[in-house]
Amino acid sequence: MIQPNQPPENYYTDLQALQAIDFTLVELTLYLDTHPNDLDALRQFNSTAQKSEELRISFEKKYGPLRQFGHSYSSYPWQWSKPPWPWQV
Amino acid sequence: MWYYEKKLQYPVRVSTCNPKLARFLIEQYGGADGELAAALRYLNQRYTIPDRVIGLLNDIGTEEFAHLEMIATMVYKLTKDATPIQLKEAGLGSHYVNHGKSLYYENAGGESFTVAYIQSKGDPIADLYEDIAAEEKARSTYQWIINVSDDPALNDSLGFLREREIVHSQRFREAVELIKEEQGQKKAY
Amino acid sequence: MPTYRKWFQPYVGPYDPCPPLGAVAYETPVQLYLGFQPAGMEQYSPVQALSYGTLWPGLYTPYTNPFNPVNKGADS
Repeated sequence: MIQPNQPPENYYTDLQALQAIDFTLVELTLYLDTHPNDLDALRQFNSTAQKSEELRISFEKKYGPLRQFGHSYSSYPWQWSKPPWPWQV
Repeated sequence: MWYYEKKLQYPVRVSTCNPKLARFLIEQYGGADGELAAALRYLNQRYTIPDRVIGLLNDIGTEEFAHLEMIATMVYKLTKDATPIQLKEAGLGSHYVNHGKSLYYENAGGESFTVAYIQSKGDPIADLYEDIAAEEKARSTYQWIINVSDDPALNDSLGFLREREIVHSQRFREAVELIKEEQGQKKAY
Repeated sequence: MPTYRKWFQPYVGPYDPCPPLGAVAYETPVQLYLGFQPAGMEQYSPVQALSYGTLWPGLYTPYTNPFNPVNKGADS
């Protein structure tokens, strides 16, 4: 029996925390697309965006880059092509 | 342009090794009301719709690609460790002979994806009503898949995707309200 | 509060080859009733929102298999 790869401890909980914040941003984006004058929602969007960025940066430090074309930094050697890819975990 | 993000929108888990379900899920990959059709439909309509709803079409179209990746993940997980015989027993024998284990944009009946699934009328109301209908049809497809699937983990992800169709339908309905407003009058929402 | 599932009874013909299945369910989710979403609706926490598929409890309309006997005749 081939042993499965075991992602680092906390990988799944860290990933889910980021998915949760980013999902709130998806919802607020679609809402603001039809409610451009809702100032409270806009403020919530901006503060959630900041929180997402913080979470993403700490996630990338632990597990590697999430974005490419220069929107994430890479350590040496080039980290982007390293597994796991989203459908593999 | 677009940027990829190396994570799924929502975690996808499959609890049982049942490649039969892949055969049903592919409907939402390459079917008439699937996620690919949705993404292409909305992004294509952006060019001929009033400015105030372009952003919405852009963003929902983009989210559909995240859903497409979730469906692909389900199919991949269900088929990656299946033997050719198991695939045959799951009703995927002809798929295997034609495509091996690769995914293919086709519907549950094995018909290839066609651009004819996508309506493009250039009339803002006709296009948005088309989009509302598309969301309701995708919602029903998820319901039919949930009715034939006995995998609780998979049904959890499908429940998420179905709820997204509801939210998208809600936003498209709001978009209709926005563009039918009397011009020059500002309505406070 | 509207109900989000309705039922109808298809006509049972004298020569139907199969025994009647009973009432048929169809979904009537919240977007049919909400209208333009008002500002300031109650929100889920980010983790709850992800698991429900929406940020707003007022937009959440879950689905259960109506063919499952426990859901028979129930409003969704």
